[in-house]
Amino acid sequence: MHRLPALQILLRGVLLLTLLVGPARAALDEGMVAGFAGDFQSRLDTIEALGVAGGAEGGNEARRVLDALEAGALGVAGGRVVIVHGDTVAAAATGEALDIAPAAVEPVTVNNRVRRALATARAALALSSADRGERLAAARTLADNTGETLLPVFERALASEADDEIRGVLGRAAARVYLASGDAARRLKAAEMLGESSDPAVKNLLAALLAKNGNDWSEPSAEVRAAAEASIRAIDRRVATAEAVGTLFSGLSLGSILLLAALGLAITYGVMGVINMAHGELLMVGAYATFVVQGVFRNHFPAYVDWYVVAAIPVAFLSAALVGVAMERLVLRHLYGRPLESLLATWGLSLVLIQAARVSFGPQNLELANPTWMSGGIEMAAGVVLPWNRIVIVGFAVFVLLLIWLMMQKTRLGMFVRAVTQNRPMAGCVGVPTARVDTLAFAIGSGVAGLGGLALSQIANVGPAMGTGYIVDAFMVVVLGGVGQLAGAVWAALGLGIVGKFLEGWAGAVIAKILVLVFIIIFIQKRPQGIFALKGRFADN
Amino acid sequence: MNRRNFVKALTLSASIAAIGLPVGAHAAETIKVGILHSLSGTMAISETALKNVALMTIEEINAAGGVMGKKLEPVVVDPASNWPLFAEKARQLVAQDKVAAVFGCWTSVSRKSVNPVFKELNGLLFYPVQYEGEELEKNVFYTGAAPNQQAIPAVEYLMSAEGGGAKRFVLLGTDYVYPRTTNKILRAFLKSKGVAEADIMEDYTPFGHADYQTIIAKIKKFAAEGKKTAVISTINGDSNVPFYKELGNAGLKATDVPVVAFSVGEEELRGVDTKPLVGHLAAWNYFMTLKNPENDAFAKKYKDWAKKNGVPNADTVVTNDPMEATYVGLYMWKQAVEKAKSTDTDKVIAAIGGQTFKAPSGFTLTMDKTNHHLHKPVYIGEVRGDGQFDVVWKTKEPIRAQPWSPFIAGNEGKQKL
Repeated sequence: MHRLPALQILLRGVLLLTLLVGPARAALDEGMVAGFAGDFQSRLDTIEALGVAGGAEGGNEARRVLDALEAGALGVAGGRVVIVHGDTVAAAATGEALDIAPAAVEPVTVNNRVRRALATARAALALSSADRGERLAAARTLADNTGETLLPVFERALASEADDEIRGVLGRAAARVYLASGDAARRLKAAEMLGESSDPAVKNLLAALLAKNGNDWSEPSAEVRAAAEASIRAIDRRVATAEAVGTLFSGLSLGSILLLAALGLAITYGVMGVINMAHGELLMVGAYATFVVQGVFRNHFPAYVDWYVVAAIPVAFLSAALVGVAMERLVLRHLYGRPLESLLATWGLSLVLIQAARVSFGPQNLELANPTWMSGGIEMAAGVVLPWNRIVIVGFAVFVLLLIWLMMQKTRLGMFVRAVTQNRPMAGCVGVPTARVDTLAFAIGSGVAGLGGLALSQIANVGPAMGTGYIVDAFMVVVLGGVGQLAGAVWAALGLGIVGKFLEGWAGAVIAKILVLVFIIIFIQKRPQGIFALKGRFADN
Repeated sequence: MNRRNFVKALTLSASIAAIGLPVGAHAAETIKVGILHSLSGTMAISETALKNVALMTIEEINAAGGVMGKKLEPVVVDPASNWPLFAEKARQLVAQDKVAAVFGCWTSVSRKSVNPVFKELNGLLFYPVQYEGEELEKNVFYTGAAPNQQAIPAVEYLMSAEGGGAKRFVLLGTDYVYPRTTNKILRAFLKSKGVAEADIMEDYTPFGHADYQTIIAKIKKFAAEGKKTAVISTINGDSNVPFYKELGNAGLKATDVPVVAFSVGEEELRGVDTKPLVGHLAAWNYFMTLKNPENDAFAKKYKDWAKKNGVPNADTVVTNDPMEATYVGLYMWKQAVEKAKSTDTDKVIAAIGGQTFKAPSGFTLTMDKTNHHLHKPVYIGEVRGDGQFDVVWKTKEPIRAQPWSPFIAGNEGKQKL
């Protein structure tokens, strides 16, 4: 708790007094908004006071002033606090029209700090809402910005609130304030109650009780100290679990992205033996296709714009597959069995594709918005959020994997592809149209890369050169997993993702990247065939 | 077109060409100006606009009668985001094309690569981007901000009541010279303000880093551990998009943990869905939203120029801080040449100190008499939903640059050339 200058305390006291004494009228008291004409701190205090007061009476009036502030319409003219409505100016407190030109009004600046105060004030007002969800959200907001001036709000709300969850949030918010109370019994109760929190910030509050000033504990009562210690242990346990889950999830998420980037390559490189340096650009084609679909939805179906991602799935697949077919038919088909030449040719193709994107869409990155259902996340415990876009992408990776597995194992085409992989001449002899199978397999691999691009567009940059960043990662996954093995790619991607994320948490992003590369070099030295090796008679070919 | 007209046209154009040729040969009537910005490769995103604005300014100067009665002739080269190529192209401009001055470079590494060339050939470079300081070349004029004209005021703002009164700081950057030097200066500055070592977290990511989950989780944890926290980002280039996307999805709002960025401007935000970014901050010496007659004219001129010259997406072009710095730099050079009555490097250097120009940033900027930097105002802006900035704080007047930061040991007494 920091010390307030005497003047501020006085100001706050006066404000609170005006609020408590003179409510229950349609208009606000002039004194309640006068603080907006003062300095920055007095503005903040005024906003808070409006929230605290409004919850009791006249909430709509307070809300009207706060709305005006948020919209940038609140201002000061000649020492009076006013609201600008288009061409007319009205007094903020009473709403009576004033003879002041809008140009003469100096608007009150709304910056982050003011917005934070606004959010708190609004939440204080919303505590008396009839909607349970609104009250819960409000209680959570208040708990993050709790302070002693809000105590009357908490007490008032606790007196009337029936919902247990909201009571819990409010109780803990109030308990934070009570920790500084002069009454030992109150402190004890607060310290016990805070053990149910999972917010690391609460832990610091409790830890402050256990600090020693010279020979004296900052908390005189041993009982309260013991309760605080127990609560800290409980919070630590909860936070540690949440953090472990969070790290595991981010590893899983990175793994799923690596997998989506590498699956297509696992087919074209693993199965067909083509070193496709343009694989990254196939990702880019998928992402650009998504961008085009977004544009179509924005212009023609604005009501369904949230679902453009779903509509983009077939488009991204087909457009990347088409580019893949063109590449295969025009270039690669003449280079089968000559890995070095096909490497150079595909690298050239990648440059052509990058420049084509640059010429047709411009060199700027493209703006792709997350649909609302993919924004935000699930809050596990304070500090650990699992973002929806990543959860959706993990699910999408599983879906694509399943699709490929079904295709490879259950369809005739899949059987042909496997046959050609194992023994091309023999497959040809028994009537498998190897040339057509090659084209189709390449198309599918490219199409899957397009789907990877679609997924990437939801979390990363979409620009002409976006693919070059993923090509190394994709090859890493395929080589580590073992050439020709889809299962290998899955394990390698997940392994790299989770190991990478744990290393990053421990050593930082730069060192983690180096360590992962060193690990792969050593692994390939010891086991050149990757995690899973091809088994069988023709494995050595 | 029938055949007779065609023949006529052909003869006419041939005779025009014949007249035109000898005029071209009298090249002494123009002054050549070099433009050294990457038009391909990773930096093309940022640098293309600087080439455009330089060409626009040259057109404008020519339309107003040129410099000392001579027209300017731009020589545009493309160093392709390749640092050694910058040195080669710079040499070509100065030695072969004999340009009077070069306007160019963006990254510090490209500037470091061309510095020896300008020194050796006694050329003139105008560098338009904010940078880390710790450098003062006789042949270079810095029209972007030094650290005390951008980074330090931004941190002071975060520490003030208006800025939220931050007490703990995360210094986050891309792993190369500019962020590392800036963070070194900021760390020393924060210490001088009484911020404890434990209240500063410093972290770096590689170029092109795209997965910010772990870093955001770390920031959240750090912020939860105590007093009000702010993030100072020197993340450069493409990594900004995944960083801000992750920030939004992880629920880290600007009202709780504001992020102030030194390398994110209007041009960078064109590729970003800015809704999750609203309220985050950037510190610059110019914003497109500034309201003054010079800026209105500047923004309009650029838009018109972009449309006329078929720049891709010309409807949505924006102006930003380095573009303004390029514009001011060209005029500063023009005025110095006119004062010196010569394009000779040494004479221009002697004449440019003390030149003033009414800039789109709303102030009359002065070129410092000794340290080759502009006196610049500092603005802090909050990101709006449309990718522009609302100015929430500004200095009362332009600030003199301190290229040698007093917060780095051993810099005392280095302020002059």
